[in-house]
Amino acid sequence: MAEAVPAKISDHDDGRMVDNIVYFARVLRKSGMKLGPAAVRDAVEAVQVAGIGSREEFYWVLHSVFVKRREDHQVFDQAFKLFWRSRDLVEKMIAMFSPVAIETERKEKLKAGETRVSQALFEGHEKSRPPEEKPIIDIDARETSSGNEVLRQQDFAQMTALELAQAKRAITELTLPFDLVETRRYKPSSTPRRIDPRATMRAAMRTGGDLILPRFRKRRKVHPPLVIIADISGSMSQYTRIFLHFMHVISEQRRGVHTFLFGTRLTNVSRQMRGKDPDEAVDQCVGAVRDWSGGTRIGEALRLFNRKWSRRVLGQGAIVILITDGLERDSFEELETEIDRLHRSCRRLIWLNPLLRFDGFEARARGVRTMLGHVDELRAVHNIAAMADLVAGLGTKDAAAADPRRYLQGS
Amino acid sequence: MSIQIPVPATIDATLEMLTSENYVAGRALATVLFLSLRMQRPLFLEGEAGVGKTEIAKVLAKALDRPLIRLQCYEGLDVASAVYEWNYPAQMLEIRLAEATGEDDKSAIERSIFSEKHLIRRPVLQALGGVAGRAPVFLIDELDRTDEAFEAFLLEILSDYQVTIPELGTIKAEEPPIVIITSNRTREIHDALKRRCLYHWVDYPSADVELEIVRRKVPGCHAELSRQVVTYVQHLRQMDLFKSPGVAETIDWATALTELDRLALDPETVSDTIGTLLKYQDDIARIEGSAGRELLAEVKAELAASV
Repeated sequence: MAEAVPAKISDHDDGRMVDNIVYFARVLRKSGMKLGPAAVRDAVEAVQVAGIGSREEFYWVLHSVFVKRREDHQVFDQAFKLFWRSRDLVEKMIAMFSPVAIETERKEKLKAGETRVSQALFEGHEKSRPPEEKPIIDIDARETSSGNEVLRQQDFAQMTALELAQAKRAITELTLPFDLVETRRYKPSSTPRRIDPRATMRAAMRTGGDLILPRFRKRRKVHPPLVIIADISGSMSQYTRIFLHFMHVISEQRRGVHTFLFGTRLTNVSRQMRGKDPDEAVDQCVGAVRDWSGGTRIGEALRLFNRKWSRRVLGQGAIVILITDGLERDSFEELETEIDRLHRSCRRLIWLNPLLRFDGFEARARGVRTMLGHVDELRAVHNIAAMADLVAGLGTKDAAAADPRRYLQGS
Repeated sequence: MSIQIPVPATIDATLEMLTSENYVAGRALATVLFLSLRMQRPLFLEGEAGVGKTEIAKVLAKALDRPLIRLQCYEGLDVASAVYEWNYPAQMLEIRLAEATGEDDKSAIERSIFSEKHLIRRPVLQALGGVAGRAPVFLIDELDRTDEAFEAFLLEILSDYQVTIPELGTIKAEEPPIVIITSNRTREIHDALKRRCLYHWVDYPSADVELEIVRRKVPGCHAELSRQVVTYVQHLRQMDLFKSPGVAETIDWATALTELDRLALDPETVSDTIGTLLKYQDDIARIEGSAGRELLAEVKAELAASV
């Protein structure tokens, strides 16, 4: 049946096909794919051009229009199988979206959304490990570490207006080391270094070519991409709130900021951090991350980062800020290989350690010693009470103190 | 020269066209390609390095007998090197000439200086200069290497197929070019650009397809050897390597082995030629050890069982 001249939409059950494509697009949109009306129009056009051939062809025709990211393939695949199965299912879907849907079918809709979310969350893991509801026990877990995986939800106090204003001010004052790179783009300049021929000719035309005065240009400087990888394990829990706010404010003010959180697993929260409202962004992060205040596996997290993300986010000379206490429990070899690889694939690796409390600190913990050899800078922050402390620790002042070798000598 | 090869009319014809140029594609890719040709939409291809994204544009240009215009993207790619540039020395000369002949009509001078003869056409402008029926294939290669600013600039070109040169006016394509955009995903391309394109993720091929590719691309390769090569590579992709070998690497490896007159894989040959397949020292070190030997034994056992 597929090999014959493909049937055109118009001579196929008068308009039902178009309706179905529209409903299908709505199903996709409900499951989180970003589709505008233009995509629906394109899909109808595509089906018209290709005709309705075999099921497989139809699948790829819709796929080429609706799927714009590789991640969406799974969602599309599931939805396609469900939606284009049989006639009464289509009917059911239509009923589902009509305003008078009955209660049971509302439930079904919720479930579809849920599975998608858990799919997105546990990509490659077993499905939906229920978060363990642990009673909140106030234990100061600093300077302890464990490799055990404990899944926990976390609540953070919201940001006050004063805090927000202070944080923004602090970030604008932040100058990271090596934070400006020259691009190959130019902007007009008054210093006679490079001649700008195009501007020169344009200016010359203003006088009809009588006077050709040189115009100049210089290289434009931009901030390189910034990747923040922050430890949210139990030993760091005291500071996590400040880190999250820091990440949010900096994501808002700079372009090309990617943020990752890790405890026992690694979560990319860059998209969540782009939300405008800080509390909302933090809330969304809280929803995305499952291992709040659990154990630490730094080596494992870095390995995942290197494999899955480094090639996607470390392009164009990124600076990496790694926020962790370096208290790794086991697998020092893995930690060493992975931090070495990370160090070699970024422009500058800055390690921010909030637990270096005293001037007389010695790198005794084995994880700390392992990591020290592979970072460009070690920034110590003695006590983070507010964003200003964090920013002061990251800033360029006092650069000599950031040399990691300082800590390795004499011990 | 004047004979035009029309774009394929069905998906099957598209598949046939690709196969006739020795490009073995799945039905998915053929469908997307067919649609992009018929709907005149840019085709956005993403995938790991070496899975044949760039090759599609080349094959298309050859099969349809169209000129191929390639824009290799890099960081800081700007209008002067992507779209157009004025020939400044010639312009200066023109001014001197006008001076010498005593021409003093300002607008006449301006017109002659900023005229087409002083315009240096770069790839984007070339791509818009196609004759009807013979619009070029415009390959924008590795778009992820350039910055967001250039991406934004592409939006105008990809939706209206026109560029604006302030001194000259708007140049619009008589017939839109066939646009193929590739990306290695070293960063995410903005949704606004993707929205204008048809998207396809080019994946590693299945064992059968890859065997067919090796047969076509390395005709001298012994049948038994090519089966071993393909099975070995397919196994390598299952391993947790930092960079899995692409199809290009498979072809390189098969060629290398054929050049060395090998008929079958053995541990020494593998370790001598592994450099064509794996490009990271960590990955090579893993394969050189006992893991590599086990892998080879596994491959041979599997092939023996399937015969």
